[in-house]
Amino acid sequence: MNMPDMPGMSTSAPMDPRAGHDDPHADHGTASQPVAEDTRPPNDHVPPPPPQATMHAMTPAEMTESMEMNPSPPLGMLLFDRLERSRSTNGDYATSWEAEGWWGNGIDRLWLKTEGERDSEGTQDARVDVLWSHAWTRFWDWQLGVRQDVGQGPNRQWAALGVQGLAPYWFETQATFYVGEQGRTAARFEASYDLRFTQRLILSPKLELNVYGKDDPQRGISSGLSDVEAGLRMRYEFSRKFAPYIGINWTRRFGTQDDATAASLRARETSWLAGVRIWF
Amino acid sequence: MDMQDSRGVQLPRRRFVQGLALGGVAAGLGLWRGSALAQAGVQRSELRGNHFELEIAELPVNFTGHRRVATAVNGQLPAPLLRWRQGETVTIRVRNRLAVTSAIHWHGIVLPADMDGVPGLSFGGIPPGGEYVYRFTVNQSGTYWYHSHAGFQEQTGLYGPIVIEPRDGERHAVQRDYTILLSDWTDTGPETIYANLRRQSGYYNHGKPTVGDFLHDVGRNGMSQALAQRQMWNRMRMDPTDLADVSAATYTYLLNGQTPAGNWTGLFDAGDKVRLRFINGASMTFFDVRIPGLKMTVVAADGQAIEPVSVDEFRIGNGETYDVIVEPAADRAWTIFAQSMDRSGFARATLAPRDGMTAAVPPLDPRPLLSMADMMGAMNNGDMGHGMSHDMTGMTMDMPGMPPMSMAQESHAPALKTGPEVDMRVATPRSNLNDPGVGLRDSGRRVLTYADLHAVDTPISPRVDREITLRLTGNMERYRWSFDGTLASEAGPLRLRYGEQVRIVLVNDTMMAHPIHLHGMWSELESPEGEFQARKHTVVVQPAQRVSFRVSADAQGRWAFHCHLLFHMAGMFREVVVA
Ligand SMILES: [Cu+2]
Repeated sequence: MNMPDMPGMSTSAPMDPRAGHDDPHADHGTASQPVAEDTRPPNDHVPPPPPQATMHAMTPAEMTESMEMNPSPPLGMLLFDRLERSRSTNGDYATSWEAEGWWGNGIDRLWLKTEGERDSEGTQDARVDVLWSHAWTRFWDWQLGVRQDVGQGPNRQWAALGVQGLAPYWFETQATFYVGEQGRTAARFEASYDLRFTQRLILSPKLELNVYGKDDPQRGISSGLSDVEAGLRMRYEFSRKFAPYIGINWTRRFGTQDDATAASLRARETSWLAGVRIWF
Repeated sequence: MDMQDSRGVQLPRRRFVQGLALGGVAAGLGLWRGSALAQAGVQRSELRGNHFELEIAELPVNFTGHRRVATAVNGQLPAPLLRWRQGETVTIRVRNRLAVTSAIHWHGIVLPADMDGVPGLSFGGIPPGGEYVYRFTVNQSGTYWYHSHAGFQEQTGLYGPIVIEPRDGERHAVQRDYTILLSDWTDTGPETIYANLRRQSGYYNHGKPTVGDFLHDVGRNGMSQALAQRQMWNRMRMDPTDLADVSAATYTYLLNGQTPAGNWTGLFDAGDKVRLRFINGASMTFFDVRIPGLKMTVVAADGQAIEPVSVDEFRIGNGETYDVIVEPAADRAWTIFAQSMDRSGFARATLAPRDGMTAAVPPLDPRPLLSMADMMGAMNNGDMGHGMSHDMTGMTMDMPGMPPMSMAQESHAPALKTGPEVDMRVATPRSNLNDPGVGLRDSGRRVLTYADLHAVDTPISPRVDREITLRLTGNMERYRWSFDGTLASEAGPLRLRYGEQVRIVLVNDTMMAHPIHLHGMWSELESPEGEFQARKHTVVVQPAQRVSFRVSADAQGRWAFHCHLLFHMAGMFREVVVA
């Protein structure tokens, strides 16, 4: 845009007769000549003349866009909350992960969540959730989507409906209700907390509960409270985005102890672990 | 991993926060200076006259030991000081040598709407390779500044001072006159900072409450009180350490483009009166300014003369300017110390009779905590419940002269509903202007407050035709900011009739102080009783506070009205149409 001849502002602004005198080397602060009263308002305020050019009409969204000031542009995040290797007190090693990624504008977001465990016999138990979330109150989001279970036993598909948010006293919380094929139902509850020892050393307790509406012996699941997992991880935030940790995890599985598949999963397990939390 | 994170590990923290002794713009250009001090005291770049040629371009800089690219004007950061004369007409040709659209806004200057420099409102912006000629008559005098209003260019260096000489000469004769432009530099791209805040709003808060703090309070006050002290904050999911969104974790604070180690120096002769024109050109930082051992006489606020008031310290919000006069009588150096409101870092300069002299740099004050007054505003004792600790009660109730008037002055607007855009609301906002704000209430120093600002002249109009209340809203956890719970991109303009006199009442429903800036027209600050205090272009509203000002809608056109914290502005923004 080239505007060689800008609108002159000579319109209504009163030009001071003393304006334009050439004294570039005036020692400011000392030069002060007596002035006769003129027609200036007592506060020197002169309203500006109207603009000579005006912008064409825009929607508020177009206006903020042209300022490059979209308050809520799309954004994404990929968080590996857990990426860890563990050794149970029985000497079994396993690798497990818990990751979530989102993309959206802050009110509406598309989520991908996955969690699982692999040991020497392969993937034991893993799930992937794909959810759409909508901010609903100041701290809570609705979530709606699907879940796929993979790993040992037949794969299962579920429809998911949940809430996720920040509970009073700073508990990160999610509760999801699932409906699957053949009348299966399930619920999952997860809460975690950050306890700061220093600005970088953070102890993070975490609790996860799974409840099922009916037995699924092929996947080692019993109806009712199926399993409880409690973890305690101490991380050191070298940066917000990179924090290795060590921790301990307790798992308790209920029911179907006699079942062959379930027997391979230990009813009680304690394991030590080391891992890393990273996000982008 | 992020740039500033790895940098924090590689560089000694002190060096990173204070910057390098050498460096900045000159080093970036490869013009290595023998000594930073050799250049100090010189107003390096001053343009005066009626015609100005400005060129916006990228500039390599090095403030922290890492080479970065800044956005600069005429190869300078800050941009050159523009010296104008009241009553004259200035023409400023601005060329844009960036690869993106740019724009310069003349902050606090009353001018025609198409000269205001806000893309989308005033004009289409200055395209890459293009130019725009600004031309307007300067009818006011005092200290102002200019900055980019396109994207986040202000954060990357596009800001500079403006001094307008009064046509009748200065009210206060001084021997030295310096502009002191405070700003915040980061090696991280501003888009990354904004994204980090939106992913984790506490990303740059390295002062969060720890187990150690809790145990310390238990030891001092007992378990029940230590718990009670935290109960309300934690139940509300609010953080009493939430003093600044971005901190010295990524910022190096600059004074006239110099890091603290660079130590900008202003010279004086014994017996000189020195006028210091402070401008807060930072993107996200409030500064608390003092010169240990020297009284400062504040003579102007936002360019407008006020009745002189003598203080030890003042807080300056983004976009505000304060002129102070000091008389450093002794033959010694003095430190100008500007600590960030969250006490994570500081900018620093020296006043000295000779180059190379320095004075002690005071330690940062302890990091303060927000008080209950910052969350709840005016409180009855009964409201507060047994959860209130003595500490907090003290902070609120012992505030010097916090008058009970706020009850009568309560906002007429009903409290908003909370929701994704509004995480708290203040039922009984306080309207006391004599509160210096968090961290300054008990400093033991005489701190400037808005109650101290008394214009030397009259308001533009004593009449009030209409009253408009706006709530300053936000959701800290989601990092969203808005007026009345509505984002700028979803709100229609605020319409004022040409010639109308409007009282704008701002109620802050957040726990952060917001510097609210109206373009094109003055914001004539009022006392809680509705009396004219001072003419300003940027009005800071403290947490849970109600502040009102009058606007004479005598400037036709489309104007911006927004929070001057750069990362709040996108949401906390309204178009104002005067027609
Ligand atoms: Cu703000």
